[in-house]
Amino acid sequence: VWIQLDGEPPSNIIGPAVHKTRGDVAEVFARSLGTDSKNDDVHYLAKAQREATRPIILKADAGLTGCNFAVAESGTVTVCTNEGNADLSANVPPLHIVSMGIEKLIPRVADLGVFIRLLARNALGVPMTQYTSHFRKPRFGAEMHIVIVDNGRSGRLGMEEFWTSLKCIRCGACMATCPVYRRSGGLSYDATYAGPIGLIINPTTDFHKYSSLPFVSTLNGSCTNVCPVKINIHEQIFAWRKVIAEKGELPIAKAAMMKAAGTILSHPQLYRLAVSSAGMALRHLPHFLVYNRLNTWTRGREMPQAPRETFHSWWAKNRGRSNSDGAAQ
Amino acid sequence: VTDREAILAAVARNRPSGHHPLPSIPRFPQPEECGRLATFLRNFAAMGGSVFTGSPETDTIELVRGQLNGPVICSAVPEIEGNRKLDKFVRPSDLADVDVGIVRALLGVAETGSVLFTEDELAVNTLAYLAQHLVVLLDPDDIVSGLQDAYERSEFHRAGYAVFHTGPSATGDIEGVLILGAQGVRTLTVALISRS
Repeated sequence: VWIQLDGEPPSNIIGPAVHKTRGDVAEVFARSLGTDSKNDDVHYLAKAQREATRPIILKADAGLTGCNFAVAESGTVTVCTNEGNADLSANVPPLHIVSMGIEKLIPRVADLGVFIRLLARNALGVPMTQYTSHFRKPRFGAEMHIVIVDNGRSGRLGMEEFWTSLKCIRCGACMATCPVYRRSGGLSYDATYAGPIGLIINPTTDFHKYSSLPFVSTLNGSCTNVCPVKINIHEQIFAWRKVIAEKGELPIAKAAMMKAAGTILSHPQLYRLAVSSAGMALRHLPHFLVYNRLNTWTRGREMPQAPRETFHSWWAKNRGRSNSDGAAQ
Repeated sequence: VTDREAILAAVARNRPSGHHPLPSIPRFPQPEECGRLATFLRNFAAMGGSVFTGSPETDTIELVRGQLNGPVICSAVPEIEGNRKLDKFVRPSDLADVDVGIVRALLGVAETGSVLFTEDELAVNTLAYLAQHLVVLLDPDDIVSGLQDAYERSEFHRAGYAVFHTGPSATGDIEGVLILGAQGVRTLTVALISRS
């Protein structure tokens, strides 16, 4: 059961509804909170959300939070939010349950001076989140429990090429910079962790289910470039492809396509023919042929609009120097 | 074998080989071109905080008293009296109708424009979230330079709850439009008043 009002999972780890317009939100709120569906003023919507959520928090029997960093030497759980939702959830109900991955642990309180700084700067470009909270024990008259989750992490620690992905602090910078994520959105990954970091950590939780994810990348390396904890994300994406191919997880269709692509890409004239006919096909093929069960890509996504002509033919027409084969010089 | 033992054994078995000593943490001194107080106030304002400015200090207290809007005032400081009882036996949700909460900050951080509270300053933690508006008394001498200085305080090893507030509650979840006043307080205002 999704707690989100519209039944969708979050699409971004720092902005869960980033894929929605204010109109979408107005529609969801009108349906679930009874607001005016024609009013899509963001201040109006945020106020409606605040007023609808408060009574729920005031009556709750338990509050659940995550954990951004846990400190070994002091037994501290740190939670960073802007809305204040974690502090309300932890401080109003008589029971606070924290859920944290094993890799959230850092040794010393002094290390927070480094990690807290890294997080907000790389997530939002601000010096701090509005609230940075430190829980060390249950408050007076209340209970506090911590659930420490492994879920494939200890196994990943033993994978020489992949263990450094455990350094991730979930700032979301790799998603913000990723040209694929920015176009496709988080929902298309069908996983808790979307974006570049998702491509390398999801296969360790369910190898079979997520074996196609490492192929959703152009390997441009922008993610590696912005990562504040210096994870070589694009190299790990490439390394996962090798693992998946070696373990025979490459779907037959993809293996055949890769082979065909290899042939086409090494023969320029074949390539040009293929590009122009593919564009033609996308424009003229009926919907059911492009969107069928064999084309897994279109299950959760729209195909791009194919341009009317290829770059090569445009160049030949506009910039070409009476080049008989139309090749760009 | 319990889950806990299984996880710990797997971590021990899979630990990357080699020697991994704890790194020493470099200090990153903070620029305070215009002085520490001015740096704090600038960064605090940038995150959506506002300031009561009177002079001398007695005027600031009067200014705060004169600005307390709303029928329910709950104070955790001796300088200003509220009209709502506050002690640790008050239930957290009982503060839901508070209009203005008043607390003293343990310290301020110039680098980020943050103020720090523990459960000792707040008496009941929800005062800092359920109140519509939060007024914070801050002694200018309690402002430290950077976040690293703040983390040297012993309260981080002692307190059950410690929290940095950097501006009022906020959200950008709808189309990235900044809204001040999300689920916690709608305004956060600092009054520079020395500890008595």
